[in-house]
Amino acid sequence: MREQLLSIIEKNSRIGISELAVLLGREEIEVANEIKKLEEERVICGYHTLIDWEKTSIEKVSAIIEVRVTLQRGQGFDKIAQRIYNYPEVKSVYLISGGFDLMVTLEEKTLKEIAAFVSDKLSTLDNVLSTGTHFVLKKYKDHGTILDEVKEDVREVVTP
Amino acid sequence: MREFLSDKVQNIKPSGIRKFFDIVSEMKDAISLGVGEPDFETPWHIRDEGIYAFEKGRTFYTSNSGLLPLRQEISNYIKRTQQVTYNPQNEILVTVGGSEAIDIGLRAIINDGDEVIIPQPSYVSYAPCSYLAGGKNVFINLKSENEFRLTAQELENAITDKTKVLILPYPNNPTGAIMERKNLEEIAQVIKKHDIFVISDEIYSELTYKGTHVSIVSLDGMKERTLLINGFSKSYAMTGWRLGYCCGPDWLIKQMTKIHQYAIMCAPTISQYAAIEALKNGNEDVKIMRESYNQRRRFLMDAFKKMGLECFEPYGAFYVFPCIKEFGMTSEEFATKFLQEEKVAAVPGTAFGDSGEGYLRISYAYSLEKLKIAMERLERFVINLRQS
Repeated sequence: MREQLLSIIEKNSRIGISELAVLLGREEIEVANEIKKLEEERVICGYHTLIDWEKTSIEKVSAIIEVRVTLQRGQGFDKIAQRIYNYPEVKSVYLISGGFDLMVTLEEKTLKEIAAFVSDKLSTLDNVLSTGTHFVLKKYKDHGTILDEVKEDVREVVTP
Repeated sequence: MREFLSDKVQNIKPSGIRKFFDIVSEMKDAISLGVGEPDFETPWHIRDEGIYAFEKGRTFYTSNSGLLPLRQEISNYIKRTQQVTYNPQNEILVTVGGSEAIDIGLRAIINDGDEVIIPQPSYVSYAPCSYLAGGKNVFINLKSENEFRLTAQELENAITDKTKVLILPYPNNPTGAIMERKNLEEIAQVIKKHDIFVISDEIYSELTYKGTHVSIVSLDGMKERTLLINGFSKSYAMTGWRLGYCCGPDWLIKQMTKIHQYAIMCAPTISQYAAIEALKNGNEDVKIMRESYNQRRRFLMDAFKKMGLECFEPYGAFYVFPCIKEFGMTSEEFATKFLQEEKVAAVPGTAFGDSGEGYLRISYAYSLEKLKIAMERLERFVINLRQS
């Protein structure tokens, strides 16, 4: 049940327990208990809403920043990542294989604020060797959802 | 002017679906529950292979039987799912949809007057194709109390000394019924006893919600007397690609290939390249689509239960087949009234044979959001009918 439950609520976190129970062919109480367990285990970490801010009047600028770091004895990536993800304006931090170490995504109101964050906060951290900032120009698809897509049913209305 | 049309073709009734389609298409804002094809688009990696084949200039005929690598993949697939081995060289034919295989299979088998047993309700093309081939159709009216499965007794009763072929349409369109191993074993005894042939239309095989699909070819002594028909339309959401296949004894495939070669040449080349990709890497897509259908199926069964509408639980395809006998109307009256009053189109059971009377085919190849609206309307409709 777990895998199916997660795949449903990953796409629709607003679905109610009773409907979930019907779709999964389970009792409501079973589903409720499973969700509670998933929350306690931090498998479910939150119920967010996917918003295309572009379509609002609210200004947002996002950037993806490549960060190369140097490790010191007794201090792994986790520690450095923590120093970065503690900033609330940081949306995500991933440890990455390949040409750099951490990928940080940032969301701010203006370009200037992002620039300031990188130059004043990120680059000045002891372990940070270098940064490369990429501003996001347009989001096409996010969290598996194509943002501008409206699907029409083009099938014939009745077929054998 | 002389009468140019053949008597045979004029004797065929136009499909009941067609008639209903004409009514529905005049209503602009109707919700349809009437389609017999997936609502998913073909998975992108399969479409991408099709595009790649176009770019590479794969725009020529293939061999009559279909691309050998595709037949090899089909062979692997059946081996994987049914533990039965078909030789890609001479036991597999790639066709234009499963429908072509039904047609040419019947044409290759039937002599004038041979009896063809067709369990109904079932897909609309068996009876006319058999009739055109010269067959005499013998219908078995499947029963709701058997969950529309075919029983050994029903089959036994329908067999005469002229019986040549049984059409076995499971998982079933329109009822959603399946045949489990024990059901198949029972009818296989009868089939072997009377030495008849089977055309097993398994186009919905991947859409089975109780265990996994069992093909009759996997039973002892059945492979040599069965034409197994399947295709890409339902499992991989590839209806428009028009690609199916059949597997059978070499003596039959050889003769069918003659008809195919003269009537069709070969199945669409681009589709064949895309289908190789489907069989190689499409398993995960099928799993996701199946799970999605299964959720909708459960949703509909729950909705019927809540509105007190009788319906056996179907475990296959993407149809439910609720009973509307309590309202004292024919299926067609019910469907027409439902369409006019609530603007929801569902196909009358009678479009799939007389034994569909009193039932409605509801397709769940629709998003849950759409199904929810449709079920709200059905509930309102049913309540009004009960009060009047």
